[in-house]
Amino acid sequence: MPAAASGSRGLLGRFAAPLLKVLTAPNDPDRYLEMINPVWSLNEVRATITETRHPAPGSVTLLLRPNRNWLGFRAGQHVALTIDVHGVRRTRCYSLACSAHGTDGLLELTVAAERDGVVSGHLNSDVRVGIVVRLSQAQGRFLLPAPRPERIVLISGGSGITPAMSMLRTLCDEGYADGPGEVTFLHYARTAAAVAYRHELATLAAEHSSVRLLRSYTRSNGGERCGRFDPRHLPVIDDRTATWVCGPAGLVDAVRAHWAEIGMSDALQTEQFTAPVPAAPADDGEPYGEVHFTASDRTVANTGAVLLEQAESIGLRPEFGCRMGICLTCTSRKTAGSVRHLHTGELSSEPDSEIQICSTVPVGDVTVDL
Amino acid sequence: MPPTSPQLTPEQAEEFGAEMDALRQRLVSQLGTEDARYIRRVVSMQRRLEVAGRSLLFAGFLPPAWLGGVTALALSKIIDNMEIGHNVLHGQYDWMRDEALNSRDFEWDMVSPTDLWKRTHNFQHHTYTNIVGKDRDVGYGILRITPEQPWNPYYLGNVAYAAGLALIFQWGIMLHELETDRIAAGEKTWQEVAADAQKMVPKVLRQVGKDYLLFPALSGPLAPLTFAGNATANLARNLWAFAIIFCGHFPADVVTFAEEQAANESRGQWYVRQVLGSANITGSKLFHLLSGNLSHQIEHHLFPDIPAWRYSHIAEEVRDACRRYGVPYNTGPLWKQLGSVFVKLAKFALPPTGPAAGRAPSGQTASDRGAAPATAA
Repeated sequence: MPAAASGSRGLLGRFAAPLLKVLTAPNDPDRYLEMINPVWSLNEVRATITETRHPAPGSVTLLLRPNRNWLGFRAGQHVALTIDVHGVRRTRCYSLACSAHGTDGLLELTVAAERDGVVSGHLNSDVRVGIVVRLSQAQGRFLLPAPRPERIVLISGGSGITPAMSMLRTLCDEGYADGPGEVTFLHYARTAAAVAYRHELATLAAEHSSVRLLRSYTRSNGGERCGRFDPRHLPVIDDRTATWVCGPAGLVDAVRAHWAEIGMSDALQTEQFTAPVPAAPADDGEPYGEVHFTASDRTVANTGAVLLEQAESIGLRPEFGCRMGICLTCTSRKTAGSVRHLHTGELSSEPDSEIQICSTVPVGDVTVDL
Repeated sequence: MPPTSPQLTPEQAEEFGAEMDALRQRLVSQLGTEDARYIRRVVSMQRRLEVAGRSLLFAGFLPPAWLGGVTALALSKIIDNMEIGHNVLHGQYDWMRDEALNSRDFEWDMVSPTDLWKRTHNFQHHTYTNIVGKDRDVGYGILRITPEQPWNPYYLGNVAYAAGLALIFQWGIMLHELETDRIAAGEKTWQEVAADAQKMVPKVLRQVGKDYLLFPALSGPLAPLTFAGNATANLARNLWAFAIIFCGHFPADVVTFAEEQAANESRGQWYVRQVLGSANITGSKLFHLLSGNLSHQIEHHLFPDIPAWRYSHIAEEVRDACRRYGVPYNTGPLWKQLGSVFVKLAKFALPPTGPAAGRAPSGQTASDRGAAPATAA
């Protein structure tokens, strides 16, 4: 499959693509290809949603068929998914949940709706089969090593189950989980009903002799364990054991602290899920926080003036034109934090967005690529 | 009879500005799916016309195919330049964060490189609209369109220069950005010229190469027909863009300003200057689309970064506000506005006459008028 894909891409890449680029200039050939089929692209990974289901309340599982630009992935990796929500293109990272040995060519993501989550909420309630999204190639170092360790412990909490699920499915598919390897799958959730993969987990544990399933519910009984993370929940951790933990910050921190205590930090891999959009910061008019300019690596205490003036006050010379929000010459990339537009009063907290520094003031900590 | 120039008190201008700001805020809060759907539909229409035009020209030996091909290609270029290009480059769709519709990345089907155009257009023209000496679009440096520009015999060719410019409009726009007048005045260094040329040459080669070498070559024996078809489409686009753009700021009664008048103006006064310095064109929905909604030049100058298809929705409100504050709102059909442009070009081709030498009797500039302050109704 990879050979076939690269073969056709090679042919296309060598002859057709350069000619197409000249013929469609100044537009990208993709802009024409996508008119025939929205999933077609010379270089971009695009994927069609082929199935959606709701495995638990507030969660959606999406099956996606990527185009031929997809280069494959390793269990535990994530993708950046880009989708238009109310006309605005947004990108979020989600871990793949499928087995790396899947034969149907489909990718699987399970996304929990976060409170006020623009993208997760959209994926949960508005996405239908047939929609085309963009994907990055698989990324991330949260991986199973080859060869596999003798004993594997996969700890997850809440929606952090997805990369652990991908690893477990992969280990089951390749026979590792039928011995001699040992897999412990320790999952934290509020209740049994909140576990997205509860049926499949039970089946895998029943079918594969060396899979040990430990479920711990923080708001109900009925699991093999009970309550939040406690070192007593763990199987024996020795120097033949490698552990992966993925989930909310509280869980990851507690696990990391325990592994540091037993001197095994090297045998622990962590991945933390953080909410992409911070809650709207307090904005009562008093300036606070710091402005960090990344390209010049300078930081200044927020004075409440427009970003352009704050940059100039420390000697930076960003490009500008009208200084009144018309010409967009000063448009810069805000990588993190919130800014308020002087004329519209609009508060923007979206990471990686273009802002006009002549007419926006920082609200709290802001990072700008200047 | 020219409209009286409003001499709004600073307070009245401030109130007018507050109304415009409120209107703007309402528009911003509405941005979303509808705008995205609209612009993508326009892009898709343009791409279909482009493919249809290029394809039909491969059958250019049949006269209807050649004519159809030229028409489709001309429409494609017009929509690309006006409703898509001009508006995308204003950042009207930047909030969508789609790289194909982003002011930083977009390139249009025209010889002028977009980053140079954005510099003279978005900044100089939109900030200093109609300020003689600061807005380089006043007469484009080659035409005399206001009495504030001192006459000399060169301007006897005013009408001929404009007609010539219409034929090669896309090249005119590119040369405009080279700022030959500033080079001649020694204000622009040769390094700056070289930097601009470095952007222009590859773009020109790509554009010319595509229209006059590659596509003709691909049509084999029909190469001359394809060549002629592409040239005709480019010419049609040039004439159309010239007509629309010249009607935006050059019809009679559009006001030009002296630098002192615009110094230290408030945001409200800036809004008033945008209305006084612009003129609309009336027409059908299709006409507005093909003009890139520059037929709503007044609304565009008030809100240059709001998606242009929304201008027609707010035009009545803007016009009503103008009526209440006594700010003239200049509009009319294309033939009337364009006729007025050429009458003006002809008038200013000749040296000033009469006692008010150097000042046109119709009082084209706001500085000439001692009109009484208009009161808000």
